Amino acid sequence: MESSRRKFIKIAGISALGLGVKPVFNVFASSEEHGRKSEIKKSKDALTAEQWGMVIDTRKLTTAEDVEPIINACNKIHNIPDHQNKNHEIKWIWEEEYEHAFPGKENKYLNERIEHLPFLVLCNQCEDPPCCRACPTKATFQREDGIVMMDFHRCIGCRFCMAACPYGSRSFNFRDPRPFIKEKNNEFPTRMKGVVEKCNFCAERLAVGKKPACVEASNGAIAFGDLGDPGSEVRELLRENYTIRRKQGLGTGPSVYYIV
Amino acid sequence: MLELAIKGSKKYWGWVVALLIIAGIGFGFYLKQLGFGLGITGMSRDVSWGFYIAQFTFLVGVAAGGVMVVLPYYLHDYKAFGRITILGEFLAIAAITMCLLFILVDLGQPMRMLNVILYPTPTSVLFWDMIVLNGYLFLNIIIGWNVLEAERNDVHYQKWLKPLIYISIPWAVGIHTVTAFLYCGLPGRGFWLTAILAPRFLASAFAAGPALLILLCLFVRKVTKFDPGKEQIQSLAKIVAYAICVNVFFFLCEVFVVFYSKIPEHMDHIKYLFMGLHGHGSLVPFMWTSMILMFIGIILLVNPATRKNETVLAVACVAVFIGTWIDKGLGMISGGFVPSPLHHVNEYAPTFPEIGITIGVYAVGALVLTVLYKIVVSVKEEVSA
Repeated sequence: MESSRRKFIKIAGISALGLGVKPVFNVFASSEEHGRKSEIKKSKDALTAEQWGMVIDTRKLTTAEDVEPIINACNKIHNIPDHQNKNHEIKWIWEEEYEHAFPGKENKYLNERIEHLPFLVLCNQCEDPPCCRACPTKATFQREDGIVMMDFHRCIGCRFCMAACPYGSRSFNFRDPRPFIKEKNNEFPTRMKGVVEKCNFCAERLAVGKKPACVEASNGAIAFGDLGDPGSEVRELLRENYTIRRKQGLGTGPSVYYIV
Repeated sequence: MLELAIKGSKKYWGWVVALLIIAGIGFGFYLKQLGFGLGITGMSRDVSWGFYIAQFTFLVGVAAGGVMVVLPYYLHDYKAFGRITILGEFLAIAAITMCLLFILVDLGQPMRMLNVILYPTPTSVLFWDMIVLNGYLFLNIIIGWNVLEAERNDVHYQKWLKPLIYISIPWAVGIHTVTAFLYCGLPGRGFWLTAILAPRFLASAFAAGPALLILLCLFVRKVTKFDPGKEQIQSLAKIVAYAICVNVFFFLCEVFVVFYSKIPEHMDHIKYLFMGLHGHGSLVPFMWTSMILMFIGIILLVNPATRKNETVLAVACVAVFIGTWIDKGLGMISGGFVPSPLHHVNEYAPTFPEIGITIGVYAVGALVLTVLYKIVVSVKEEVSA
C-alpha cells in the first residue's frame, strides 16, 4: 500500500514536470511556426509579395481636400470610431505637418509649401518591427509578406507595442468603440475595449485581390506594390525619384516612402 | 505561524479593517474601470502608460531594495542584520504583490492575462519581467517563511534553503534590471534610451527600499516590544546614504550626456520635466521638489552627526523616499512619453478614479505588510520571552 502510494506520487510528479516542460519546448520549437506550414490557403485572386511597400507622392497631395477622402476611405471600411475625446482617438492613417511627420529633419528655412503640406502617416510596416519584439503574447506579428498584423482576440492590452513604436502608429481602445462607429462595415471586424489596433495595409483586401483602400482613393498619388520585385511600380518610382522615410536612422526599415 | 496574525490588539484590528475598507473602495473604482475601459484614467494615445506603470516601476525598486539586508548577512556574515533580514524579505513580498496588482489593473483585457504564459514570447521583455517578478515573490515567501519558522522553533533553517538564498541575491538585481530593460530598449524613446537606466533604477531602489525599511524599523520599535536595533538602523542608513549619492550621480551623468551632446530627441524630455516644453510644464515643480529632497537626504545622511540622530534620520529617510518616488513614480514614465515620437506635447495627469485604484493597491500592499510584520513581531517577542 505504502509503496504503491509512493509510486503514484512519483508518477504524478513526473507527469506534472512533463506538463510544465512542454510550454518551454514549445518556445524553442516555435521558430518552425514562422515557416509556410502555418499559412492559411490563399485565394487564387490574392495579391502576394515578398515585402509590401508604399510610395506616397506628396506632390500630388497638397491640400486637406486631397487627403480627406483617403483617410475617410480607410476609416469607413475599418470601422474606425469617431471619439470626441482626443485622448481616446483611434487613428490608422492621418495627416501631420512636416515637422511632426519627420521630427529631426525640420529646418528653420524650410520651403513654405513643404512646411504646411499635409503628410499622410500610417503604420510603416517595418521590416524589423520593434512592436513585434515587444509584444508578450505574439498578438502583433509579422507575416511573410512583411505586413505587421494584430490579433485583436489575443491582445491583452498591455500597450508595450505602443511604447515600442517610434512612429506613434498604434491606437488603444480606451473604451468600447462600437457606439462611435458611424456606419458599420460588416466585412471587417469591429474591436472591443482594451485592445490595440493599427493599419494592416488592408490585408483583408489583398487577400481577395484588391489594393489597399487608401491607394484606391488616392487618384494615383499613393503607389503600392512589392518592394522585393525590381519590376514593380513602387520600385520604379523609387528608382526615378528621391524619396525619404520616417526615422530611418532607427533601423526599423519602414516600408512607406515619401516623394517630396 | 499564520495564527499569530489573527491574535492582535484592538489597534491592530482597527488598522486592518481601515486598510480593508480603503482596498474595497479601490476595488469599487476598479470595477468601474473594468466596465468602461481604461478611458477612465488620464492616459491617452500619446501617453499610453501612466500612474499604474510608474508605481509598478517604483515598487519593483522597493522590492529589490530588500536585498540590501539579505546580502550583507548571508554573503558577508554581517551578523547584526540577522535580526532584520526577515523584515527586508517580507517588505519585498508586499512590494511585489503591489507590482503584480499594478500590472493587472493596467491591462486592457485582464481576463486574457494568461496569454503571456500560453504564448510565451522570449523576445518580449515583459515576458521575462513576469518570470523574474513571480520568481522573486516565491523565493522571498519560501525563504522568509522557513527561516522565521526555524527561528521560532530555535533550530537552524533547513540546508536546502541556502542555495535559494544565494539565488535570491542576484535575482533582486535581476528584477530591477529587467524592469529597466522594459523601457531602455525601445527605439525612438530618447528619455529611456540610455544604458545608465538600469544602474540608475538600482541605485534609486537601494536608496528607497532601505529608507522605507528604516522607517518601518523605527515604527516597529515604537509600537512593539521588538527592537530591530540601533546598529542595524545605522548600517541601513549608510547604505541609503551611498545609494542616494550614486543615484544623483547617475542622473547627473545622464544630464551631462544629454545637454552636452544637445541631441533634441534626448534633451526634450528632460527639458519638459525640469523646465517645461512649448508652454507645458505640470511636472516642473514636482521634479525640482524631488531634486531638493534627494539633496536634503544626501546632506543629512552623509553627515555622521545628523545620521546618528534617529529623529533627523527619520526625516532624511522620508525625504529620500518621497524624492525617489517623485522621480520614478511621477516623472520617469510620463516623462518618456512627452513629447510624443511625433513631437507633440500632450500632457498626462492621473484622474480621480485612477488615483483611487492606485491607493487601493497600496492598501492591499500595506495589508500584506501588516499581516507579515505582525507575524514577525509576534515570533520575535515569543523567542525573546
